[in-house]
Amino acid sequence: MLDRRRFLTVAGLGTGAMLVAPGMAFATAPTERRFVFIIQRGAADGLHIVSPYADPAFAKLRGSLGADIAKATKLDGTFALHPSLVETAKMFGQKQALFVHAVASPYRDRSHFDGQNVLETGGTQPYQAKDGWLNRLVAQMPQSKDEAIAIAATVPMALRGPAQVTSYAPSALPQPSDDLLMRVGQLYAADPQLHTIWSAALEAQGLAEGSAANQDPASLGKLAAGFLSKPNGPRIAMLETGGWDTHSGQVNRLAAQLKALDTLLASLRDNLGPVWAQTTVLIATEFGRTAAVNGTGGTDHGTASVAWLVGGAVKGGRVIADWPGLGNGQLFEGRDLKPTTPLDALIAGAAAESLGLDPERTARGLFPSVTPKPVTGLTVA
Amino acid sequence: MTFANGLSPAAIALNRFGLGANPNVAPPADPKGWLKGQFADFVPMPQGFAALPDAGAMMKDYQGDRRDAKRQAMASPPPPPQPGAPPPRYSPQQRAIIQDFGEDVKALYRQAAQARAQSALETPAPFVERMVHFWSNHFCISADNPRIMTFAGAFERDAIRPHVLGNFEDMLLAVEMHPAMLIYLNQVLSIGPNSPAATRASVRDPGKHVGLNENLGREIMELHTLGVRSGYTQADVTEFARALTGWTADGIGPGGRMDDGKPGGFVFRPQLHEPGTRTILGKTYSQQGEKQARAAMIDFAQTPQTATHIATKLARHFAGDNPPQPMIDRLAAAFTRGKGDLPTLYSALIDSPEAWAAQPVKFKTPWEWTISSLRGIGREQIDTMQIASIQTQLGQPVWKPGSPAGWDDTAASWAAPDALLRRVEFAQRLVAPVGDQIDARQLGPKLIPASFSPATADQIGRAESPGSALALLLVSPDFLRR
Repeated sequence: MLDRRRFLTVAGLGTGAMLVAPGMAFATAPTERRFVFIIQRGAADGLHIVSPYADPAFAKLRGSLGADIAKATKLDGTFALHPSLVETAKMFGQKQALFVHAVASPYRDRSHFDGQNVLETGGTQPYQAKDGWLNRLVAQMPQSKDEAIAIAATVPMALRGPAQVTSYAPSALPQPSDDLLMRVGQLYAADPQLHTIWSAALEAQGLAEGSAANQDPASLGKLAAGFLSKPNGPRIAMLETGGWDTHSGQVNRLAAQLKALDTLLASLRDNLGPVWAQTTVLIATEFGRTAAVNGTGGTDHGTASVAWLVGGAVKGGRVIADWPGLGNGQLFEGRDLKPTTPLDALIAGAAAESLGLDPERTARGLFPSVTPKPVTGLTVA
Repeated sequence: MTFANGLSPAAIALNRFGLGANPNVAPPADPKGWLKGQFADFVPMPQGFAALPDAGAMMKDYQGDRRDAKRQAMASPPPPPQPGAPPPRYSPQQRAIIQDFGEDVKALYRQAAQARAQSALETPAPFVERMVHFWSNHFCISADNPRIMTFAGAFERDAIRPHVLGNFEDMLLAVEMHPAMLIYLNQVLSIGPNSPAATRASVRDPGKHVGLNENLGREIMELHTLGVRSGYTQADVTEFARALTGWTADGIGPGGRMDDGKPGGFVFRPQLHEPGTRTILGKTYSQQGEKQARAAMIDFAQTPQTATHIATKLARHFAGDNPPQPMIDRLAAAFTRGKGDLPTLYSALIDSPEAWAAQPVKFKTPWEWTISSLRGIGREQIDTMQIASIQTQLGQPVWKPGSPAGWDDTAASWAAPDALLRRVEFAQRLVAPVGDQIDARQLGPKLIPASFSPATADQIGRAESPGSALALLLVSPDFLRR
């Protein structure tokens, strides 16, 4: 039944908070393009962020969660954007934001931790791959300097691997004396693990000199932009957001979460200045949530969700969805939005195009165990 | 990194099993005997924990104040900020109550974190204390909002500590019945869709949808007992969540008027319970009421899957990030043989040669590193040192892992550039007041008896000042690992 599905929905406009101690990770390489990956840990509810208001089953399934629809920004005849996403809606209007709906990684169970592992490693099973796809992306870049950096105290799974990665996060502790820093370096000289980590720490410290020390979304966006806009700085960054696991009180919690994320994105845009035009930001989560509201004004762990691409380099203003429908018999296992687009395929296409790499080759390198057919046409030339 | 001779058994007992050496105490002559002897010395309720204000009473007072203030605000509504504007959500009195509560809760949380650190400094049983930290992380809550934060210290004190030398099943039940857990994983909100309460609600307001929240049910199976990918299905999770309905915290959640019972304590509310028989993992549970979920949970605790899950985590904590399978098998067998008796399990652990590997097998977490540093410089009182704030700066805020999976127990999560720099920053601050009173060259061999590495000793000996030498000792490869 072809007419049950809506292929490639295209639209025009758009618009809630809690990023738990977000962190960032970076990678450097000699290209002028930038690629940023923002992970939403905790399974963000795609049906509430980009709502299929025109789907006949939507209102009944969502119950009290559907109230936001009245204030949501209509993106097209099918989808509407959550009202908290004010700046993102502007980006959508300027064709700098697009959404891909009903996406999922190969993972089909409902554990956050396994789901995040699959999303970040790019394997098909949890803990199958030992390093992250973002680290493999660093290795794919031309004349890679084999160096990367993280604005989290630690390096997230997606960026772990053989390509060297560092990390940075604002600290309230006093700066150690130069003498101590030097002696620590000598102390670690013969220890391969600590020597590598320490060199990376000092390098990040140098790059961050004079940066703001706050963890709020606007400061974080500014900090990330500061790294990314440096001529010799990193070209790949990763930020982590948490707090998306809305089993209860979803209306208010998601409004606050999305407002924080919206602020972060706007801050990235505003502080990147001219570099924004060459930037692609991918936002994705480990899986979606139940199609129906649960008994406590929230949603439980589900399957497909929505992924976002924002940035000056994005060919935006569209919602891409091979829409599976929410009606009887259309849900995955009778409860979740059914995945119709592999998230791997989107990641491979977005990462390749945003950095000017060959999509097929990137897909092979990032996701060797599946080699998805990359989604293309996501960025402007 | 290799040491000429590897770590001595005493160094392993003190650092890998214990919480780090205290230089004022002689290293154990019989390391295994020292560890097993601690079972008799552990103090379940140290003074700092006993002195914590009652979390349930605090919550009860707050809810009472909120109700009174709401009644007053409804009787005389606060004026809108400007003419024509909507009335404010809260009266000034309501706002003040919420704000005061928020501050009281943070103070309680900080005091509880101090108690935890003080206990780790003064304990006569550092290995057992480490096991408290291990189980607290296995069965973690995350104090990310004031309601959970209120009960965070009470959770470790009342659900973990009393059972650390008891039985796994008893700890499991104490954990799942504790208000901190019932609130954290939304169990207080879950209502059986066909329960009397749901039926009444749908008569009163047909549009209102009340029902299940499967969060706690799933995490008990995935994280607390069986382990992920151990063979249960979504249907098992949903059935178990149905069995759990009615398990709630007194005075919290739907129908939560405070009873006369212990404020914030466990209560089973039959009117929230989903009626009927449940089938979980192929077994039928025809018990009624509270006993249904309890029976299922006890069955989970006795499965080989749970034994393997616990054994794997324990082996990872003591034998390295990729624990050897023979050790996992041995620990799982001890867990099953002892029917969940924890001292039996710990004895099997202590008797496992893999846990005594001479090379360091673990990179310390920020908590482990901070506690061992304080113990290492001979500090026996936490005093005014703000442990909660320090752990936040070092990247591991106390009782706030942010996820029900708890803090990860592998080096990849902790050995990172920025995290290491923070430790160097903190070490410098820590040694500032004591650096000129402690000779790091003599301290090193006391902290790592009979196996302090010559390379580290050499670097420390060349430092420009005693303080610098001590800071270097605390961030040395020898001391960052265990």
